[in-house]
Amino acid sequence: MPDKVQIKVTVNGVEHHNEVEPRLLLVHYLRETLGLTGTHVGCDTSQCGACTVHLDGQAVKSCTMFAVQADGCNLTTIEGLGSAGNLHPVQEGFWEMHGLQCGFCTPGMIMAAVDLLNKNPQPSEAEIRHALEGNLCRCTGYHNIVRAVQYAADKMAGKIGAAADD
Amino acid sequence: MYTAEFTYKKAGSISEAISLLQQHPDAKLLAGGHSLIPTMKLRLASPPALIDISKVAELRGVRLEGDHLVIGAMTTYHELETSDLLKQHCPIIPQAVHLIGDPMVRAKGTIGGSLAHADPAADLPASMLALDAKIKVQGPGGARVIAADNFFTGMFSTAMQEGEILTEVHVPVRAGARMAYAKFPHPASRYAVVGVAVVADGGSVRAAVTGAGEHAMRLSKLEQALAGKPLTAENITAACQGLLPPDHLNHDLVASKEYRAHLVDVMARRALMQAAGL
Amino acid sequence: MADKLFGKAMKRVEDPRFITGTGNYTDDMTLPGMVHAAMVRSPYAHARIKKIDVSKARSYPGVLAVITGQEMKDAGINGIPTGWLHPGIKTPPHYAITFDKARHVGDIVAAVIAETRQIAEDAAELVEVDYEPLPAVALGSDALKPGAPAVHDDVPDNVCFTWSIGDKAAVDAAFASAHKTVKLNLRNNRLVPNAMEPRASLAQYLKASDEYTLWTTSQNPHIHRLLIAAFIMGIPEHKLRVIAPDVGGGFGSKIYQYPEEIIVLYAAKKLNRPVKWTARRSESFVTDSHGRDHETVAEMAVDQSGKITAVRVDTIANMGAYLTTFAPAVPTYLYGCLLAGTYTTPHIYCHVTAPFTHTTPVDAYRGAGRPEATYLLERLVDVMAHELGMDPVEFRRKNLIPPDAFPYQTPVALQYDSGNYEANLDKALELVNYKALRQQQEEWRKQGRYMGIGVITFIEACGLAPSALVGSLGAQAGQWESALVRVMPTGKVEVFTGTHSHGQGHETAFAQVVADELQIPVEDVVLVHGDTGRMPYGWGSYGSRSAPTGLSAIVLATRKIIDKAKKIAAHLLEASPDDIVHEDGKFMVKGVPDKAKTFFDIALMAHLAHNYPADLEPGLEATHFYDPKNFVFPFGTHIAVVEVDPDTGKVKLLRYLSVDDCGPVINPLIADGQVHGGVAQGLGQALLEEAVYDKEGQILSGNFLEYTLPRADDMVQIEHDHTVTPCPHNPLGIKGIGEAGTIASTAAVANAVMDALRPFGIVHLDMPYTPEKVWRAIQATKPLSQAAD
Repeated sequence: MPDKVQIKVTVNGVEHHNEVEPRLLLVHYLRETLGLTGTHVGCDTSQCGACTVHLDGQAVKSCTMFAVQADGCNLTTIEGLGSAGNLHPVQEGFWEMHGLQCGFCTPGMIMAAVDLLNKNPQPSEAEIRHALEGNLCRCTGYHNIVRAVQYAADKMAGKIGAAADD
Repeated sequence: MYTAEFTYKKAGSISEAISLLQQHPDAKLLAGGHSLIPTMKLRLASPPALIDISKVAELRGVRLEGDHLVIGAMTTYHELETSDLLKQHCPIIPQAVHLIGDPMVRAKGTIGGSLAHADPAADLPASMLALDAKIKVQGPGGARVIAADNFFTGMFSTAMQEGEILTEVHVPVRAGARMAYAKFPHPASRYAVVGVAVVADGGSVRAAVTGAGEHAMRLSKLEQALAGKPLTAENITAACQGLLPPDHLNHDLVASKEYRAHLVDVMARRALMQAAGL
Repeated sequence: MADKLFGKAMKRVEDPRFITGTGNYTDDMTLPGMVHAAMVRSPYAHARIKKIDVSKARSYPGVLAVITGQEMKDAGINGIPTGWLHPGIKTPPHYAITFDKARHVGDIVAAVIAETRQIAEDAAELVEVDYEPLPAVALGSDALKPGAPAVHDDVPDNVCFTWSIGDKAAVDAAFASAHKTVKLNLRNNRLVPNAMEPRASLAQYLKASDEYTLWTTSQNPHIHRLLIAAFIMGIPEHKLRVIAPDVGGGFGSKIYQYPEEIIVLYAAKKLNRPVKWTARRSESFVTDSHGRDHETVAEMAVDQSGKITAVRVDTIANMGAYLTTFAPAVPTYLYGCLLAGTYTTPHIYCHVTAPFTHTTPVDAYRGAGRPEATYLLERLVDVMAHELGMDPVEFRRKNLIPPDAFPYQTPVALQYDSGNYEANLDKALELVNYKALRQQQEEWRKQGRYMGIGVITFIEACGLAPSALVGSLGAQAGQWESALVRVMPTGKVEVFTGTHSHGQGHETAFAQVVADELQIPVEDVVLVHGDTGRMPYGWGSYGSRSAPTGLSAIVLATRKIIDKAKKIAAHLLEASPDDIVHEDGKFMVKGVPDKAKTFFDIALMAHLAHNYPADLEPGLEATHFYDPKNFVFPFGTHIAVVEVDPDTGKVKLLRYLSVDDCGPVINPLIADGQVHGGVAQGLGQALLEEAVYDKEGQILSGNFLEYTLPRADDMVQIEHDHTVTPCPHNPLGIKGIGEAGTIASTAAVANAVMDALRPFGIVHLDMPYTPEKVWRAIQATKPLSQAAD
């Protein structure tokens, strides 16, 4: 059996040191080693985006990386984005605009949307749709996901006040 | 979802990567991993070792050196897409890269990984050919430069030799050149069913297509048809007819040979119209 | 008391857990000592299994067991039954692990249980199966040809069943005397449901009590418990608890009893360790029951006045290799009975032949039979309108069932209870500005641009009922629903439903209604679902039944609570129960508002029973089992506008508008969301999706690289509105909305594409309208001189 590799990663602000098999995918490291099950696995061909997390501030597919590749990196998962009572504007947007139904694609979708708004704070509808090309949703027809991202963009630009009741 | 077991080595420099490759001759180089890892997950590939070169600093970044741009092999698509140097001197690369995969793929995928993998449906090879780029590779015997025209030799195969690493891409700067990439994406995978890159410089046009055949290739019939002619809608439309015979083209669920051949004409026309501002 | 919540676009109460990554899906669960299963699956569509050598896999470090079909059969595990029978139907056994032959790609031939998933997957590759590949058949009509390879030895002609409905002689006579007839050969493309959460199952066995728990991705846990207990494993029903925790979408595919659930239960007992299995997407593609897959000849006849006189349909409905739970119902009662649509067609006949093939089983997928019926009917209507030189909208209008004709008895068994189709159509036409669209289409055509407008009207029969009727039609299940409403001493309320929410927002919408009924804050209500250990019973969620059937049961249970609360209030207020009114959140003596008790007062006293009516049971909870009198019949008008690029054949959606009538809308945010998602799925069928098999039964589009699921940039913002025609026979007048979008949009988009292609003289193409298919059709109609353009 190949040697295990020592890695150090910071996940949601917490530093972790683990010895991992080289073949351990980052998504399995997050879900199984760290118990962060908010990041999901929806396919095995790197297409669905349910596993999207932020690696050093940029959205990546955690199913298409080995944990060893994240050695020394800073990761944010859906659990680290915001919490009930202190939601990220994108999380708030998904809630306000009914941008989710079954919730399975949602963490990846939210992480991809945050990445978009980090790069392009006021995207057009077409830009939103293009930026979400790597995230599949089977429930919403994307209609309310687009609205959720628009809501978040407006909120981050200060165009919307505090959410009504959360 | 699990790959077979393998040994993992991380290279800190080009020379370390070359020597690791000598120690593990069956190893695969790991760049962005977005072609390699999916095939390993499906166990279509099970290399005994991976040598991670993605963090080699000397392989990263875009810089202007005299009359050409130097792009490090491990420069990510995202870096290419947002590079001011490229937007200014070689806009076809950011434009083509914007159409690759999705933002997460672009965050990890690299130009060197893409070119070395030589997927027949990858986007960038067409632009490399149209730009007359040079590809620098380095091995135990030293470095050499391969013209893009000679680089792609077949489906998933290149002129690189065992033990060599793709280190840089050199793109000549052509002031005033007009360039564009038109792509017909696969509806599911979003790879190129057909993608045509054109670079019009003075009276000459260089054009290349990806997705159509075993590897990206120049569209010499188109180049000849437009040589010395102004890029008018009439000339473009007249030139974009029957550019490739269907016989040797790829075919799959999405596109037969005949349809691919037709798409080559259409995408060539659209790329030229865009380049010409029509 | 706050305003009524019914009709309010309340944010969902389930969302905080999902948007913070704290949902609890089956694969998220870990139990102490848990081990993992990986399946060895046949790479062949049809092969004899000559020998299985598990020795290498068994001796691989970390492997705990390698289970074969023979072992499970010897242990007395039976095959998986279907839940719907027709007269003469053939039901060959469907073993969780096959041992004689593999009958489709993905059929399980062995299961490896190991300490980790990595080890299980490694060892699965070491199981040596000696296959003798056999000829296979994938297309339904090919399976019916003489000499076709038999899927099951005891069904040599591959005919699982035949079925028909309607008066054939009357239909034939109507055709014989018709003014005009049209005929279409249609292929309804096979689809892969692709809920985003892959299926997963986790089984635990407790030796001391001989009890099993199965956590599984299910839309209907009680059905699993019943099938496993009574038919498959013989586990006493009270010793098996089935829990469907958060489930990431179903669309039908998580109704069925799947082999992996049996395997993990068997292995959990064998090893006395919890066993988990989670599908890889590539497994989902070949094992989750598929949808649609019809080959149909459809005909329509009209009289001189342009009234439809008859519809005649002959369909081959591919069943795949085995019958899953509701498969026989889908291309029959959920299809043939829908062929009247919204029209007054007096004579309808439908004949169905259902063959086995060497493909993944086919069963209900969102809409289930109704999209197939709507598609063929609405295609016929458009083609006939064109044939008559009529605007397709006017032809529809001429044939719509008028509002004063309800209840309306169709010639195919269903009696529609209510409807107002023309008003709904008019609203949609006005919203979309149909006349202006047609003008724009004319102008574009002059410029060489090809816009298409598809207008369809549809009905959806959902909430199958009553149980006696569905039983007489072959259902091996009841179709009533249960509800238990439990009021706690502090006035908080738990509502237990037998339906299951896996995206539909029941936790919110149902709580809104309960809060209204009991006149209490919605925060005081929690909905509990998906656990056989907690609710009285339930038949689950599918067929848009949760609101009309499940919520109706809840409402009737809350009304029992109110009746009892009035008796308690009457005692406390020293009044007659008849004089107690329930208003403003209080139980008060009529006309004496200061003589009142709060819901909390009543709840507390019901539990203390200190000052209490002598003849009344303590406690405050009520159960109701609700068996509806009839189906419910939502309807609507959907309009798609597309543009075809004649250069590439690519179809672009420009606009999509729907006006649905699902009765009174409980929560517009949720109801509209159901329509949006449904529309995307139906559009997927029309433009993008197809499970393509080759002649050898290999699926060629078996992953997301080849199978096109709609992505964000394939869709547009959907314009959506409602009309409201209440259902006359349930307490809230509500109807279903879960499937409407899918039932309608496939036909709307199909008609739009065909409308765009009309200038080329193209009458019909089969879905999906992929670019090459459209381009080729255009090429075939162009004179050669133009073909090179």
